[in-house]
Amino acid sequence: MSDSRQIPSRAEISFVVNGESTTVRAYPMERLLDVLRHQLQLTGAKEGCGEGECGSCAVLMDGTLVNSCLVPVLQARGANIITIEGLAAGETLHNLQEAFLECGGAQCGICTPGMILAAVHLLNRKPEPTIDEIREGLSGNLCRCTGYSQIVEAVADAARRRSTA
Amino acid sequence: MNNDRIVGNSVPRKEGRDKVTGRSRYVDDMILPDMLFGATVRSQIPRGRIKKITFGPGINWNEFVIVSSKDIPGKNCISLIGDDQPCLVDQFVNHPEEPILLLAHPDRHVLPRAVESVSIEYDPLPAIFTIEESERRAEIVWGEDNIFKTYLIEKGDVDSIWEKATYIVEGEYATGAQEQLYIENNGMIAAFDAAQGITVWGSLQCPYYIHKALMALCSLPAEKVRVVQMETGGAFGGKEDYPSMIAAHAALLAIKSGKPVKIIYDRMEDMVATTKRHPSRTRHRTAVSRDGKILGGEVDFTINGGAYATLSSVVLSRGAIHAGGPYYWPNVRIRAKAVATNAPPHGAFRGFGAPQSLFAMERHMDRIARTLGLSPVEIRRRNFLQPGQTTTTEQVVREPIDLGKLLDRALEVSAYHAKRQRFANENELGNIKKGMGIAAFLHGAGFTGSGERYLSSVVGVEGCADGSVRVLVSSTEFGQGTNTVLSQIAAEALGLPYENVTMAQPDTLQVPNSGPTVASRTVMVVGKLVQSAAMGIKQTLISSNLLRETHTPDEFRSACRRYVAEHGQFRSWSRYEAPADIFWDDQKYRGEAYAAFAWAVYIAEVTVDLTTYGVSVNDFVALQEVGRVLHPLLARGQIIGGVAQGIGFSLYEKVVWQNGRMQNGQMTNYIMPTSADLPPTRVFFEELGNVYGAHGAKGIGELPMDGPAPAVVNAVEDALGIPFDSVPLLPEDIMDRLTSLSPMSGVSAEGGDR
Repeated sequence: MSDSRQIPSRAEISFVVNGESTTVRAYPMERLLDVLRHQLQLTGAKEGCGEGECGSCAVLMDGTLVNSCLVPVLQARGANIITIEGLAAGETLHNLQEAFLECGGAQCGICTPGMILAAVHLLNRKPEPTIDEIREGLSGNLCRCTGYSQIVEAVADAARRRSTA
Repeated sequence: MNNDRIVGNSVPRKEGRDKVTGRSRYVDDMILPDMLFGATVRSQIPRGRIKKITFGPGINWNEFVIVSSKDIPGKNCISLIGDDQPCLVDQFVNHPEEPILLLAHPDRHVLPRAVESVSIEYDPLPAIFTIEESERRAEIVWGEDNIFKTYLIEKGDVDSIWEKATYIVEGEYATGAQEQLYIENNGMIAAFDAAQGITVWGSLQCPYYIHKALMALCSLPAEKVRVVQMETGGAFGGKEDYPSMIAAHAALLAIKSGKPVKIIYDRMEDMVATTKRHPSRTRHRTAVSRDGKILGGEVDFTINGGAYATLSSVVLSRGAIHAGGPYYWPNVRIRAKAVATNAPPHGAFRGFGAPQSLFAMERHMDRIARTLGLSPVEIRRRNFLQPGQTTTTEQVVREPIDLGKLLDRALEVSAYHAKRQRFANENELGNIKKGMGIAAFLHGAGFTGSGERYLSSVVGVEGCADGSVRVLVSSTEFGQGTNTVLSQIAAEALGLPYENVTMAQPDTLQVPNSGPTVASRTVMVVGKLVQSAAMGIKQTLISSNLLRETHTPDEFRSACRRYVAEHGQFRSWSRYEAPADIFWDDQKYRGEAYAAFAWAVYIAEVTVDLTTYGVSVNDFVALQEVGRVLHPLLARGQIIGGVAQGIGFSLYEKVVWQNGRMQNGQMTNYIMPTSADLPPTRVFFEELGNVYGAHGAKGIGELPMDGPAPAVVNAVEDALGIPFDSVPLLPEDIMDRLTSLSPMSGVSAEGGDR
């Protein structure tokens, strides 16, 4: 929010978020998560644990899934970042978002943005994963509501749709 | 009218689109102008008297708003059932992490250092932490005897049965604390204005609990307290009572500063300071006849409530009533007791006492089977409650439930017998041991006994100017599907498309008190009221000659528009009325404990790896009778999610205590199951219906938490031939037991009871 005195001065840091170039003034060691949420109002990334365990703050950075609570914003300089807000094309949902809706992959919704981005990342690397590969691929993202089955089914469903599209 | 086009179908989750696009607004996503951030200074000792508070050097304390118990305008308590829990410690600390002071500042980053810079000197007092220490009463830490509440349930004449028994089987069982671990931490924003009073927005289950607590704390009339639920990222009971505390803290800071104040807990604060599942100890002593029938028994069920009474009496009640399981007890005496210790108060967590006492019951059934040389299947089959028989509280089973049939089906779909036989052979060799475990159980839906009568819930349905309808309830959505299912019910009642029904945001200024969102009551009790309030809308339109009994959605919308245009606001209310045939005696703890029970048989297949001592669940069958299933996708999601939490409770989730404080308050060292840890749970529903629930629905939310722990631990016994009687059951527990056994009495020698 406001400044705090004992921290070094802010720097200008530029990167691309959801296809748009942006420049923020931030402390170099500020968490990417806080910059996204507070400066850019991209509140889809959530803080669940603040230590990289739960994955609810996950975003894609240069195609890699990162926990934005562990990324100092300086590291994002020049990066291409995709958050959950950048996944749908206008009102047309991404096929994983559709699949999460249809298969019951979202319950309370707090892990959903990170989980969907983890699934995007998985399917980019492995377009036709087995069920075990999906379970393994999403195991860095915790969900307390679903017991994961309907998330796994959503990812399998999205992969199927993509391969038959 | 075309019946059941909507109810029974998996319509899209009402708020689903916002959730998958990241648009949903949770409390930490909300910012108000001029908002301060709040933090809590907590006790570092379990028990003692505060001597001195010092605000340390290096901090400009003038920048901070500081609140102590002296700033409380009304009563220093979090009003719930009793008023024993203070909002802020005045003098005496009764548990670690107890709130003492509140700080607020415009910059959230400076708060942690400020909190650390407050030093508190204490005169420490001796503290107690376990059920046994509390029972010994070396220290009295609550009331006159450390006892929050006791219940006695008595049926028949237990004392006369022992001499008739062929077998007397005894066992003691224990369950640990469990953290709810919703992924969204607790959080609250408060704003104060002398004219409008206090408003709070937050992550919560029960708006009117907070409303009540804030009225007492702030000495404000009902109309000057407003509570609004934001999208809530999981709760599981963990946001039933503690949000009242956080709302109280935010409110005090907002009143003192004159600015909005946001308090968001980080994960560690949430884990160490807020409620968990009550640890429990259950003792069974059971008289059994030669042919394997339970003649009667004594059950002693004790839970550790922590430092204040909070919800312990109610958790105890549900645990006690479920302690006999789905079995017929001609004679029984259940003594239940909630005791005080110097730990943060334990509270609500999905199942609410039942997972604890049912773990004991279902482990004990396997112990009885083993003692008698019967199979776990047979001992259950011979003792299942039958229609016409009575439960431990002498409630007559009126529904045509056939537990034997549920068991048969579960055995069939799990391939129980074939697998057990195969494992018996395969387990002879090697370090991989497999086993099958059964749990049969029941879960009462709605508040216990007279609870629903006291709650007297009210629901509203509003006909809107555009012809759509809006449901007005304080029942909250936190993932279970409240919004979706209540909308289905209203749409069905009015013959409208599901899309024509919206849900009002739970806001005490806008919605009536439909009761707390707990106790698996929302679909069954609140849903029924939504149905009847919706019918009120329809009847009004019909009696105003705007609508015929049989109508199209267009005709309804047009009639509704006309009515609103002519008369203005158009609302219909429905209040809970207890069914005439439900009787409950609060003194004797006897009668109709619940309007309906859900029934279930769960079967777990596990592998124990004797190299790592790790247990994995390979297959899980969850078969239940929950009345009519109104939304198959959501219902299945509830069951699978509950089973996952139950497997966590069984095999992963251990709270490590030291001097009453949780030592592993991080997701790094408190381990919940990941997607790679869980089996593909297979869910089956039997649908008998239920005359008391909307469209024949019963409660479903808590049921799946009850079965996994005993099913999994029974399966471990089946695999190893060694009984384990407490959860969580971690690899080190198994290693300790196996390595302490002499080589000759090793695993294969004990070899199972097949």
